[in-house]
Amino acid sequence: MQVEIVITLRESILDPKGKASHHALENLGFKDITGVRIGKFIQLDVDTNDPDQARRAAEQACEKLLANMVMEDYEIRLPDNV
Amino acid sequence: MAKSKHSEPEVTIELAREHGLIDEEYEKIREYLGRTPTFTELGVYSVMWSEHCSYKNSVAVLKTLPKSGKNLLVGAGEENAGLVDIGDGLACAFKIESHNHPSAVEPYQGAATGVGGIHRDIFTMGARPVAALNSLRFGSMSEPRVRYLLDGVVRGIADYGNSFGVPTVGGEIYFDKSYEGNPLVNAMSVGIVKHEDTASAVADGVGNPVLIVGASTGRDGIHGATFASEEISEKSEAKRPSVQVGDPFTEKLLLEATLEALKTGAIVGIQDMGAAGISCSSSEMSAKTGVGMHVDLDKVPLREADMSAYEILLSESQERMLIVAHKGREQEVMDVFAKWDLNAVVIGEVTDTGRVVYLRDGKVKADMPADSLVLGGGAPVYIRETSKPEYLEKTGSTDISSYVDVADVQETMLALLQSPNIASKRWVYEQYDYMVRTNTVTGPGPSDAGVVRIKDSKKALAVTTDCNGRYVYLNPRKGGQIAVAEAARNIVCAGGKPMAITNCLNFGNPYKPEVYWTFKEAVGGMGDACEVFETPVTGGNVSFYNENPRGAIFPTPVIGMLGLIEDCEKHTTPAGFQTAGDDIIYVGASRSGIDGTEYLSFLHDLTAGDAPDLDMEFERALQQTVLRAIHEGLVSSAHDLSDGGLAISLIEKTIFSGIGANVRLDLPGQNVVEQLFSEAQSGILLSVSPERREELTSLFREADIPAYHLGVVEGDRLIIEDFADIPVETLRSIYEGVVPDAVSGNAAAATPV
Amino acid sequence: MKFGVLVFPGSNCDHDAYHALKHIHGIDTTFIWHKETEIGSVDAIIVPGGFSYGDYLRSGAIARFSPVMNAVADFASGGGPVLGICNGFQILLEARLLPGTMMANEQLRFTCKLVHLKCESRNTPFTGSVPDTQTLRMPVAHGEGNYYADDELYKKLLDRNQVVFRYCDANGNITPESNPNGSVGNIAGICNESRNVVGMMPHPERAVEKRLGSDHGRFLFNSVIDNLSYAVNS
Repeated sequence: MQVEIVITLRESILDPKGKASHHALENLGFKDITGVRIGKFIQLDVDTNDPDQARRAAEQACEKLLANMVMEDYEIRLPDNV
Repeated sequence: MAKSKHSEPEVTIELAREHGLIDEEYEKIREYLGRTPTFTELGVYSVMWSEHCSYKNSVAVLKTLPKSGKNLLVGAGEENAGLVDIGDGLACAFKIESHNHPSAVEPYQGAATGVGGIHRDIFTMGARPVAALNSLRFGSMSEPRVRYLLDGVVRGIADYGNSFGVPTVGGEIYFDKSYEGNPLVNAMSVGIVKHEDTASAVADGVGNPVLIVGASTGRDGIHGATFASEEISEKSEAKRPSVQVGDPFTEKLLLEATLEALKTGAIVGIQDMGAAGISCSSSEMSAKTGVGMHVDLDKVPLREADMSAYEILLSESQERMLIVAHKGREQEVMDVFAKWDLNAVVIGEVTDTGRVVYLRDGKVKADMPADSLVLGGGAPVYIRETSKPEYLEKTGSTDISSYVDVADVQETMLALLQSPNIASKRWVYEQYDYMVRTNTVTGPGPSDAGVVRIKDSKKALAVTTDCNGRYVYLNPRKGGQIAVAEAARNIVCAGGKPMAITNCLNFGNPYKPEVYWTFKEAVGGMGDACEVFETPVTGGNVSFYNENPRGAIFPTPVIGMLGLIEDCEKHTTPAGFQTAGDDIIYVGASRSGIDGTEYLSFLHDLTAGDAPDLDMEFERALQQTVLRAIHEGLVSSAHDLSDGGLAISLIEKTIFSGIGANVRLDLPGQNVVEQLFSEAQSGILLSVSPERREELTSLFREADIPAYHLGVVEGDRLIIEDFADIPVETLRSIYEGVVPDAVSGNAAAATPV
Repeated sequence: MKFGVLVFPGSNCDHDAYHALKHIHGIDTTFIWHKETEIGSVDAIIVPGGFSYGDYLRSGAIARFSPVMNAVADFASGGGPVLGICNGFQILLEARLLPGTMMANEQLRFTCKLVHLKCESRNTPFTGSVPDTQTLRMPVAHGEGNYYADDELYKKLLDRNQVVFRYCDANGNITPESNPNGSVGNIAGICNESRNVVGMMPHPERAVEKRLGSDHGRFLFNSVIDNLSYAVNS
């Protein structure tokens, strides 16, 4: 089963990448873009058909390694049809 | 109050305790204000009176340090960093600071913001940073968590420093169990400024506008300063949102904009924002001249609009400065910052009330006498109880005499070379850009000190950091002396004259009398040595509460020393051998005693004995004579003896150059283990061309300093007659392999063999 | 003869390039701020190293949109010599003035050290006077210097002799061990089809004084100076 993970910086943490990119977009004329936050997208293949088990594995992977729990949040997305 | 957009909790003594204030401190605040503080005021007092800002538990001891000298332009604590006259109308600003606790929680950002903070201290004085150093301590690399911390800290330093564009030219790394869970990350910055361009951190001139410049203010590091003043514990985990994020790009813009804005002459005073952000910078600048400030927090550019006065005042968002401009000239300042795409907003003005007043949503949220908040003013000062630690009885009385015999000298040398404290740190320093700005004459690695030339001048700066925490643990006073003596010796070996020091005092919990005793003793030792070596203390930083559940770290008073090389071309001296055929001369004290050595610690897992021997007057004479020999052009190479003693110094001299040596050990009086592995102080290995050998040795004879001819530089092997015969390539491959193996988790390399 | 050194927010080798040209080679040199739309009367342009815009998104990705880059493109299409060093190379790639792309170093770490280079083409304005008897020694200092070209492009680069520098060992052998970042074919520098735009990861401007470790970078600056003097005289 494929699990998708989106990792984002916590809301109140400064995001220098997002800030610099937002500024550049403004200079290029994207006036209606009012904010940019940059995170990570991760795809995991988990050897199971049990969505709960897949979610648990992904959660543990995030807590232990994939996300920096000091300053990042993660969101786990399972396929729609399970 | 409840109807206000930012309602504040009621202030009680319980809330004050939660803020880390003790009951007497809370009473003192009520006394200063003549009423109960508001929640915002309580927050400001709690950070301003934290150890990190107020030095309340250390200032009485720090006052004993020698702080005057003919070359000092600014005394310790008067400005953001010390300032030393280096001639030609130039001055050098330099300072070292800790970022231990943030790095323990988030190593990458903790180290990065440490580097950013110390550079800001330097360029706030109008100086352009020209060199960075860092002094790091970790637990054993066999622990995965330690490897994670090391990797994060090194990346953090690298990414921030490399992007900011200042070369990292030196530093040191030690590994010891005592630092497990509480790594030390001390960052040093060195800058150069023309005398007339020096800026000051003062507010002056009633009616002058106050500006905030640089990055916007977010909820970063709220209570970071208080956080730095507590032991690392399970509770620290819960404080994690207080991690600040560094933005080296913004800092680079801030540097260029600040130096450009200072040139306009429109600036009265400027201070960077580090711990306790706006509250600290505004109250310190005001208190310095006895003025006040009226600040409208609604005008501060915010990352998140709904921040309260409390949050804005205590935010430790990085890459910000507070500026007082001449009235009517604020636009000039704002134009420069606009050019660099940075905020510059007038948020208040200087008043004659002596009070700092902060408004939010149009209402006064805090109104306090500036002087009551700051070090040297109303902040508390404590003289803590001391008691000599019991462990000293045990370490001092351990019988180490049985360790002076070894079966195989060569095997012992090769084994000791595998100590990560001795082996090459190339894996670390090649991640740092040590060449940017094209002034690095001697970078990290094969050198005793980093050497950075000054363009348009014959001169160069020699800079180093030093401290062997094990020595300080075994004998705090002597260990403190050695830290200064060794730093000075490193500067001298590189060809420089020691000028002044900055220090970063890393200790455990000062409320423990044993910890405080070691603190007082170590600072006393540093002071003794600074007098002897004529290197006054220009400032620095104290970091207490460096403990983990198993106890305090080794007391680690890191010395950052500045030296001046008068003639960069002629005096800069390499550490490695230079020319085959040169004679090898040992100058200095007898190699006696194995107390406190890396040999005992790494090969016998023993931290015992006294600190190594040091006679400061002798050391001073040695250093002066070596410097004289260098000035007279007699010295091909110079390298001091430190961790691992004569054996490691010899090995390094061959590895650095790729040229071998053939020596005979006949230093009088000691057995071979002492001769090779003693870390007795005051020893330097020189090489000299045979034609000038007599001239060199006679200099030392005149100064009454023993000089022994050990052998010659030759071939591609290190030969110690009767004891060792090893190809330099073998030595090099061990020396270079240890740290890369250890960081990749190969445990064999990180543990004693 | 006059050189222009571009300055982007976050450039940090701009002063090094300026120092090398102005004080070591004695050439009239001027900084050109990234917001300029014209580059004035310069004869050669250096796009210096550093971390333009923090290099937060991709190295060089934001800098290529700076106003000055249109003028640089015009200058290059008119045959003017342009040298991109390190971040400058990355910017020229993002601006499509040079082909290919840059990835993070293979070892995923920043690396700063002296390397050996083999000059593979003397047919550019920056390499005409490089002696063919020796390898060059120069520093690298980058986190994203892993030059990548797909098979088709790599073949094209070879066919057109656009590979200008490769990493090698002290004896000039192109070995995997001498490659500091994993770049395809040990490539350290390339030129465009017209050969007047050169990009390289190593820093010639840091290698102009023996005191600091090497002066082999002077070959490159001497080349372009010779090249321009010849153009002026003929």
